[in-house]
Amino acid sequence: MRDLTRDDVDFVLDYAEKMMPCAKAGAQLLQGRILALLFFEPSTRTQLSFDTAMKRLGGSTLNLTTGESSVLKGETLSDTIRVAGEYADAIVLRHPREGAARMASEVSSVPVINGGDGAGHHPTQTLLDLFTIRKESHLHDLDIALLGDLKYGRTAHSLVYALNMYDANITLVAPEGLQMPKHIVSTLNSVRLSEDIDEVIRDVDVLYVTRIQKERFPDPNEYLRVAKSYRLAVPVLEGVRDNLIIMHPLPRVDEIAQEVDQTKYAKYFKQAFYGIPVRMALLAILLNGVT
Amino acid sequence: MIQDKDKEELRVRSIRNGSVIDHITAGNALNVLRILGISGITAAIVSVAMNVPSKKLAFGRKDIVKIEDRELVPAEVDKIALIAPEATINIIRDFEVTQKKSVILPDLITNVVRCPNLNCISNSPEPIYSKFKVLDSFALRCDYCETIIDNDIATYLI
Repeated sequence: MRDLTRDDVDFVLDYAEKMMPCAKAGAQLLQGRILALLFFEPSTRTQLSFDTAMKRLGGSTLNLTTGESSVLKGETLSDTIRVAGEYADAIVLRHPREGAARMASEVSSVPVINGGDGAGHHPTQTLLDLFTIRKESHLHDLDIALLGDLKYGRTAHSLVYALNMYDANITLVAPEGLQMPKHIVSTLNSVRLSEDIDEVIRDVDVLYVTRIQKERFPDPNEYLRVAKSYRLAVPVLEGVRDNLIIMHPLPRVDEIAQEVDQTKYAKYFKQAFYGIPVRMALLAILLNGVT
Repeated sequence: MIQDKDKEELRVRSIRNGSVIDHITAGNALNVLRILGISGITAAIVSVAMNVPSKKLAFGRKDIVKIEDRELVPAEVDKIALIAPEATINIIRDFEVTQKKSVILPDLITNVVRCPNLNCISNSPEPIYSKFKVLDSFALRCDYCETIIDNDIATYLI
């Protein structure tokens, strides 16, 4: 996200708005174009929504997962990217190592979209998060709290960078040991740290909840110590702002109780849908050279 | 009577040709050698003086390194700025100082420092070098994973 200006982000969000009618009906903007989906880590929403977005635009996709790739034969990521660039017009990469997408962009002959790099960043998730906030709440003068694993949660890392561009008032609520890295916190203009969601939930327009990501913990004992350390249930929502929205990048495990889904605050499934118009917009901009 | 400056010179003899790196932050002479790729098996004649009294540097101490028959090029010199920002380099020809330069920290340093984040792509078997952007605060930010090194840079020298 550091590479994008606020104008760049607004441009993508505006274009995503134009894509909204096509998100279900489709449009033939990218007929004959091919998108390579290189996913070296499991994914549901990101992979499916890029696949859907490309097909809604009339293009097609190549799907590669680690289990069937030359990586098992010892091929470097650099070589895989070079080859994929010969076959496809753009690449979406998800990889367990931080910085993988940036390296890929250095060796690739076609545009590379970061679909998540380890515990680093997940910029397209951030764009759809911003789009959700803009559609369901407001980006101007926003009070937002991020709750959960803010140390390893890449969606949170990318999101706070972007929110900072909009001068949002950000509260970070994390269990001990899962606080956001200080090199990110130090870049934020308006930030408050807390360990208790009860302290802050009545003061925000948006509550962004993340999962504790077991797969990112180098030490299983560290995971066991913090697992299930927070859970959002209906009683916690008493006295919140009327226009509060609750977001979650999904998948959810047990950090949001199922009964919260029935409240007017829950927007996480709508948020998942917004991934389609936002990713359609990105693909159209990158592959059609929309300016 | 021997003057202070002469006393200092006597600690390490003058060299005919080569480079003298002076005003190295005390304790960093061996790190300078690491940056320059000078190991125990190098053929070059290298003299090292540590904790030499200095009026210019903080704590009144500095290190000096003299390398015979090797003239440092700018790219090598600038890397030294990472750990010794006040260092000066004198190029010596036939016992005379022919060039005197200060070190200037470049905006981007490549293949000098290892990223502390073990999960960074630059620490994988990929055919790439580590890359760090130099921030205003003299900290380094990994160009791949954005991890910041803001102290003890010498620990991460490759």
